[in-house]
Amino acid sequence: MLSRPGLPSFDYVRVSDRNEALLLLKEHGEAARLLMGGTDLFVRMRDGLICPRTVVDVKHLPVMRSIAYDEQAGLTVGAAATMNQVACHPDVQGHYPLLAEAAESVASYQLRNRATLGGNLCNGSPAADTAPAALVLGGRIVLYGPGPSTGPSVVRREDQGQRTGSEQSGEREVPVDGFFLGPGQTAIEAGELMTAIRFPIPPADAVGRYLKLGRNKAGDLAIAGVAVYGFPDSAAASGYRFRIGLASVAPVPLRAWDAEKVLAENAPGEETFALAAQKTLEAASPIDDVRASAAYREAMVRNLTLRGLRDVWARLGV
Amino acid sequence: MATHTITVTVNGSQEHLMVPSNMTLLQMLREKMALTGTKNGCEAGECGACTVLVDGEPVNSCMMLAVEVDGRAVTTVEGLAHGGRLSPLQEAFAEHNAVQCGFCTPGVLISAHALLERNPHPTEEEIRAALVGNLCRCTGYLRIIQAVQTAAEHSTLSLSREGST
Repeated sequence: MLSRPGLPSFDYVRVSDRNEALLLLKEHGEAARLLMGGTDLFVRMRDGLICPRTVVDVKHLPVMRSIAYDEQAGLTVGAAATMNQVACHPDVQGHYPLLAEAAESVASYQLRNRATLGGNLCNGSPAADTAPAALVLGGRIVLYGPGPSTGPSVVRREDQGQRTGSEQSGEREVPVDGFFLGPGQTAIEAGELMTAIRFPIPPADAVGRYLKLGRNKAGDLAIAGVAVYGFPDSAAASGYRFRIGLASVAPVPLRAWDAEKVLAENAPGEETFALAAQKTLEAASPIDDVRASAAYREAMVRNLTLRGLRDVWARLGV
Repeated sequence: MATHTITVTVNGSQEHLMVPSNMTLLQMLREKMALTGTKNGCEAGECGACTVLVDGEPVNSCMMLAVEVDGRAVTTVEGLAHGGRLSPLQEAFAEHNAVQCGFCTPGVLISAHALLERNPHPTEEEIRAALVGNLCRCTGYLRIIQAVQTAAEHSTLSLSREGST
């Protein structure tokens, strides 16, 4: 086996607040990289894909780590909360078990002690295991930035925290649906820091399932990942609303909107599920890669969707 | 490139070290402290040969910077035995011949030790799940799993013996 080179040279800075991180991002631009779990950052640095001069450690900041649930506001997960912290948190397990299931599907136990929810999302990987759950749970990405943004869907708010930098520092929120722009590309603008992911209160009696297919049973990246989320909704013709989120089968993680429409309009059952699974397949645009062929991914996304729908439907207790 | 002065407790002993920014925890242990029980495998967080405990939780030491353990406690495989006596888990590995080339063993021991700390009576499925991040390329996993089961049973026996006295 070829030995990998060690990490290239860089300066490590452990910041004392968010604004110090913003100042470093402004000063160094592309040459600065934020460090949370480092499980992707260090791999890319060793592979020579990126070579930052400054690594800015933000994961220890309390705002980046906390997981808090509020009966009105819902769940706020700090971007640097680790996968194990997310998966084991009683409020996540109690109110958002789908998110816990997705977090637990990532890599290995020891890697989940380092890998973070924010890192998984902000890398913009099409295969991000937590993305389908974040999509169907209606997650919103909290971005902390230096000033008013010109981007769309901007709700920048006055920051209540300590401020040492620009007077205009503040937060904006971007829905997870719309956050992913392409492989490795997200709605994060230059100079911004992702601080948290917010999830609204889940609909009553909602049930979710994340089905991940890897080359082996655990520890691998997804060949295909499908999150199915269902709940009773009297406003839907079928009496139920389903949401379907997909990973690893398109340039970005995405919702299967046409399939969701089928499920809202037709009585739940095998016939409807088969049609919805076909619509889900049509929403996917997979590629051939080292893990699987596009054709196999297409077959699997349909099967995983079917299994997910049957499982969620059975657990809706009808 | 900056160097950092850190204070870290390694296997119970406090150390003051100068580490460059880009030194990994794995490099610090092996190259600065000569604790070569922790192995350098894939350097990508896949194989688990470099697994150590940081504040009691297993991590891949190839994926963590030395400067990040400032103020924290690290346990390596060298820290599992006490007073020249192997831990019950290590004894169970010897008993079951759960070692062939031994390269993966330090990481496996650390992951299994952490599992038994958080879950003293794991099912076989839970043992397998806890060891997903530790790859063995020669002896296979069955004896490793049997050794962890034996260690869990022994800890139950010793606990019940303590309880009865």
